Amino acid sequence: MPTTADPAIHVDGLRMSYGGRAVLDGVSFDVPGGVVALLGPNGAGKTTTVEILEGFRRRAAGTVRVLGADPERADEAWRARVGVVLQSWRDHRRWRVRELLDQLAAAYRPYADVRGRGPRATDELLARVGLAGIGSQRVRTLSGGQRRRLDVAIGLVGRPQLLVLDEPTAGLDPAARREFHELLHEVVDDDGTTVLLTTHDLAEAEVVADRILVLAGGRIVADGSPEALAREVAGPSEVRWTAAGTRHLHSTHDPVGFSRSLLAGPEPVEDLEVRHARLEDAYLEIVRRHEAGETQPAPGAPTRTEARR
Amino acid sequence: MSATTPTARTGAAPRSGSPRAFAVRLGLRRGVTEFGHMLRSPEDVGWNAVIGVAILVYLWTQRDTAVAGADGLTLPELALPGILAATIMFGMTLGPAFGLATEVEDGTVLRLRATPRGTTTYTVGMVTGQALGAVPMLAILLLPWPFLLGNPMHQGAGGWAALVGWLLLGTLAVLPIGVVVGALCGRPSRVLPFGVAPVVVLAFVSGVFGPPTGLPGWAQGAVQGFPLYWLAHGLRSTTLPPGAEALEIGGAWHPGLAVLVLAAWAVAGLVAAPLLLRRLTQRESAGAMAARLQAHLQRAG
Repeated sequence: MPTTADPAIHVDGLRMSYGGRAVLDGVSFDVPGGVVALLGPNGAGKTTTVEILEGFRRRAAGTVRVLGADPERADEAWRARVGVVLQSWRDHRRWRVRELLDQLAAAYRPYADVRGRGPRATDELLARVGLAGIGSQRVRTLSGGQRRRLDVAIGLVGRPQLLVLDEPTAGLDPAARREFHELLHEVVDDDGTTVLLTTHDLAEAEVVADRILVLAGGRIVADGSPEALAREVAGPSEVRWTAAGTRHLHSTHDPVGFSRSLLAGPEPVEDLEVRHARLEDAYLEIVRRHEAGETQPAPGAPTRTEARR
Repeated sequence: MSATTPTARTGAAPRSGSPRAFAVRLGLRRGVTEFGHMLRSPEDVGWNAVIGVAILVYLWTQRDTAVAGADGLTLPELALPGILAATIMFGMTLGPAFGLATEVEDGTVLRLRATPRGTTTYTVGMVTGQALGAVPMLAILLLPWPFLLGNPMHQGAGGWAALVGWLLLGTLAVLPIGVVVGALCGRPSRVLPFGVAPVVVLAFVSGVFGPPTGLPGWAQGAVQGFPLYWLAHGLRSTTLPPGAEALEIGGAWHPGLAVLVLAAWAVAGLVAAPLLLRRLTQRESAGAMAARLQAHLQRAG
């Protein structure tokens, strides 16, 4: 029987293959809470993983527990505790926004949340996601950003303990994307909802997540906070400077020592700048190492680092 | 129209009855809402109006055409039951088939599957909406009929009650077929060749404008395996005056047999449709939908 003490997500040795090709090849991770981004190149199996967690797809092998239950056999009360934000684009086009939220909210009425609360009131929810005042508009008239906000509202309407979002910002412009990130943080801060989202956008993972799981070639190849990943995969730093009117660039694992010798040299140095490895470098390095087929795990990866939150 | 005041209805007490019964009620509400959308959709209303008016105009030009072999019976009188049967047949097969295939593709089915008991709610809602969707066409045909084409009913109030009964039984027999077709087709582009074409052929051979006595004997036998023939037969037995049975295959009414055949189709459909629907919704996943989104965007781009 699921209890509140269970981790939101527990995955161990998850395997899945399509037509003989292994898509997930022993994926293991735990999500106790917070905001976790599942990051990986296209085709890495992110959506497959999420669908298995949502109970929409059967796994080939492995243990999966979501809110203490196996998604393949979970009941409707479990379903009511998991919020799903789909990559939708045109369902319910004829419905008015409020009409749709009312209809979907009603489905949660028999299933109160852990604090005994029923589904969210539609107008409050619309205000929360920044859609106040458009409740009477038809869904088909919404902009891409508004539509995505509505998708989040639908995911949240039943006050889920766990919210799962698959590529939530695909197709959004940078402004809409930033608004979306803010919305997600508000929701998490206010309700303590655990969030798992997939993305192939590294900048997004860095902004949104407490913790990043990198999925590549069917395995979790790195696991940690954005800072920890960048630090532990410590790639070389770049030193840039100008000497005699020419720009120079040098990659080194010892930027301080290199800079010291540079400044001690005969030429006058201007515009000295040191760039440390960033998360992007770490991510590309992790994926590169994996794709190069290095059996030895990357230094510090998979890493296990406590979330910031 | 209750669909315009959804906020008031969310307050309905939910905890009475079983969760399944609750999901069925939500489905009914969903169906009524979608029927409301249909009534306010210019395309849907326009389509019904154009087809309905075209049928009425054609029959009006034939209003004085007497039917050979039946005393004083006009062609429109004889045709009305078959047209009502065809309305049910077309609406209840093609509506759900297109509706289901479309809503699998656009993510409606998956959206509902992500909510508690959503598949039940979706199914009840879709079926309710489609069944109500036949009402406008029936109204367009029947309301002006007495003014344009004379008496549509020769058997009084009891006849009208029986007519409603036949329409409901026909809906029950035919609607699951539409669900099966939609579930098997899976996407709207396949419904036209695999769904529409057979239904159109069946409608013509089953005798929309009267009993199919012009067909060769083997074809008459084949037609009698399908629900459309028996629905039209049952409706004719209800609306036509005594003596019209002479026009039927075998020269007699067989209302009991009609009920049996329609009921058999209903039972078979109500067994098969949920199985196929479950297979469809379980196969349906976000990944499949994302792939279609990609294809859609590439077409659009």
